Amino acid sequence: MKYLRKNDFIMIGFAVVLFAVLQGLIAGRILSSFWQLNLLIVGINIIMAVSLNLINGYTGQFSLGHAGFMAVGAYVGVVLTTNFHLPFLAALAAGAVAAGILGFLIGIPTLRLRGDYLAIATLGLGEIIRIVIMNIDYVGGAAGFKGIPHHTTFAWVFFIMLFALFFIKNFVNSNQGRACLAIRENEIAAESMGVNTTKYKIMAFTIGASFAGVAGVLFAHSFYLISPNSFTFMQSFNYLIMVVMGGLGSITGSIAGAFVVTFISAALASWPEFRMIIYALALILMMFYRPQGLFGYMEVTNMRIFRKIFKKGGRG
Amino acid sequence: MAKELLKATDVSEVFGGLKAVSDFNFHIDKGELVGLIGPNGAGKTTAFNLITGVYQPTTGEIHFDGKSIVGLKPYQITQRGIARTFQNIRLFSELTVLENVKIAFHFHVKYGLLESVFRMGRYFSEEEKIEEEALKLLKIFHLEDKADELAKNLPYGAQRRLEIARALAAKPKLLLLDEPAAGMNPQETKELMEMISWIRKEFGLTILLIEHDMSLVMGICERIYVLEYGMIIAQGTPDVIKNDPEVIRAYLGGEA
Amino acid sequence: MEVTHQVLQQLVNGISLGSIYALIALGYTMIYGIIKLINFAHGDIYMVGAYIGFFAITQAHLSIVPALIISFVVTGILGMVVEKLAYKPLRHAPRISVLITAIGVSFFLEYTSMYFVSPTPRTFPAIFGDVAIEIGGIVINGQQMLILGITTILMIVLTYIVHRTKTGKAMRAASFDTETAQLMGIDSDRIISITFGIGSALAAVAGVLVGVYYNSIDPLMGIMPGLKAFVAAVLGGIGILPGAVVGGLILGIVEAFVSGFVSSTFRDAAAFAILILVLLFKPTGLFGKNTKEKV
Repeated sequence: MKYLRKNDFIMIGFAVVLFAVLQGLIAGRILSSFWQLNLLIVGINIIMAVSLNLINGYTGQFSLGHAGFMAVGAYVGVVLTTNFHLPFLAALAAGAVAAGILGFLIGIPTLRLRGDYLAIATLGLGEIIRIVIMNIDYVGGAAGFKGIPHHTTFAWVFFIMLFALFFIKNFVNSNQGRACLAIRENEIAAESMGVNTTKYKIMAFTIGASFAGVAGVLFAHSFYLISPNSFTFMQSFNYLIMVVMGGLGSITGSIAGAFVVTFISAALASWPEFRMIIYALALILMMFYRPQGLFGYMEVTNMRIFRKIFKKGGRG
Repeated sequence: MAKELLKATDVSEVFGGLKAVSDFNFHIDKGELVGLIGPNGAGKTTAFNLITGVYQPTTGEIHFDGKSIVGLKPYQITQRGIARTFQNIRLFSELTVLENVKIAFHFHVKYGLLESVFRMGRYFSEEEKIEEEALKLLKIFHLEDKADELAKNLPYGAQRRLEIARALAAKPKLLLLDEPAAGMNPQETKELMEMISWIRKEFGLTILLIEHDMSLVMGICERIYVLEYGMIIAQGTPDVIKNDPEVIRAYLGGEA
Repeated sequence: MEVTHQVLQQLVNGISLGSIYALIALGYTMIYGIIKLINFAHGDIYMVGAYIGFFAITQAHLSIVPALIISFVVTGILGMVVEKLAYKPLRHAPRISVLITAIGVSFFLEYTSMYFVSPTPRTFPAIFGDVAIEIGGIVINGQQMLILGITTILMIVLTYIVHRTKTGKAMRAASFDTETAQLMGIDSDRIISITFGIGSALAAVAGVLVGVYYNSIDPLMGIMPGLKAFVAAVLGGIGILPGAVVGGLILGIVEAFVSGFVSSTFRDAAAFAILILVLLFKPTGLFGKNTKEKV
């Protein structure tokens, strides 16, 4: 168990160094504003991917509505900062709570559904959220919400992302997280081992939705304008692709997936006509040759080449 | 204080007009090792599913430890003290052997969500405790050196043993074993039966055992119920059962 | 009187739209029935069908019926090719891999089409002019008559194929239990391929009909109708052919009423609300049977 704490400290140390380097690049204006924005987007996408992974990868519940929760967080956030001039932190907290409550309310009835049915129901709910927002004039309707203060800085994104990663890593490696894993593996057996499967499915769903809400607030405050069209089910597909590409059930994988997907689309931005075609082919080929994703169930802490850095207390 | 740990009264289960179990009356006393036998399709597993809450009885009552458990969810019944294994093995196959057992401690782990995600309070002490207990259980079932292997990679016999180890981790008063020796060779079966007798004493368990193979049940059970077409056709000690004409007819298909 | 009239008029509009959903939903439900895949690319197949019909009419100067036939055949073959290249290699892969592949195929079809035909919407040539019949004040225009006529014919043909031909019986057997069907000597690869062919061909017809109905097509036109057709399939009970038709019609009617009497912006939400209600109260759909997992 001491090893676990030690690994955490190594990780935090590594993260602080990484932050210092990237912040240095930004402060020194070595990164163009295009790449600076992409750096923010990567961080936000990592939060989205890792929180979706909690639902899809670890708990085995097929959700396709993640962008809907992101939208709720984004809109709650911008209303609070733009119309009520509340501090950013309050907006972040409110975004998390609003998306979390909605996730909880939606989760209770829908999580009885299994597999494809749940997937399509969550997709539908995500779309309903978007269409409802589109019809609220107070937040600008289909035209979008304008005049958002630019609160999102790299530091906010980085440290919230770090918080999300540790939160979910710790959750997965706990009694509650094991209950979620058991549900993924075999729901009937999980129930027979004393796991209240409904409760933990909803817990995973609510936590996932909350983080999506936070990511939404961060996302919205990176731009001057947001519109409901930023949160279509195509976006939900994108997050799913990040998770699957990285490896369902691997936090390292979600980070890598978010990174790869974001940078592929950024790097191909100059060839817009080919971008999506290449992306589509990459996706299909990935499923042919490495369906478990880049990392499968592996974490960086368990990988052989890193054994020298990370102590194998292994069992946590 | 009733000596009866589990009691089923007039339980029946109807699936779409088909009676899977009818007029099911039986009881298990504290500390007993009872066998439930019968030909394939007699309703043995249905009886298990009724006791563990997977199915709800169409009529009748089931009492555990003096309280009705009808209408409870399977996890609530497990928390009251009934754990089971599955005939068609249901391990958490992509998880390690150790994790499989740890999951079954679920209800007994005493720390909350905040303690989990912020690694505070009882998190470390509780985790250490269940790891220790889980390894102890694995040792009993000769699985300790496989603790870090994925459950799906275990050989068949070891998977069956892991199912029992996992059920014990839920700390039950009553253990339900659904054909634990299915698919095992005679040597493995013999060892398993000895193991069952041993854990029963060690953990002070009451056990209900489903078996297809008569000879095996005869060896260790004190009392046996025989089920055919969803009805109990005989009950008693192994000697009584062995000589019961109804049982002989049911099993051999001959005239009584 | 005015209200009844409007209700009946919306009913006609709804049935026309619903017939199109039904055609797409049939393909969805057949494909799901046989390989348990939510084929997200199905809506894009419908889009390709619409473009083939468009080019047959505008470039080859064909009339509507030959254009429909060409689109039917070519898109049917496209469906079979997609299945062979993208899904067949994944026959034994986890469901999520196949689903992600379907999303990939969907993107691929959308953006390759966009590359070749440009993202700007095309105006579908008017075929009927102002042909319309009026029954008691309710107008049924030429496009609607075409839609109703063609879908009725196709459904009769499909019912005949599924119930009366050897291939159709094999399809039903394979969707009931693929493995057993295989043991009974059914070449399941061939049956799956034919299912994709028929499903795609039906979607193509729907695509051309939509072009005729709304006069406009674009490379992303398949996304929403594709999803809604899936909702229709779920509503009817996925894997059940009459269910897909009834589901499609109900969905079309509800949408027509919502856009006619509430607001057209809530039209899409209505479809998804139906979906959620069905999934909550009868996840197996109107015609589906409940199945329980054996413990």
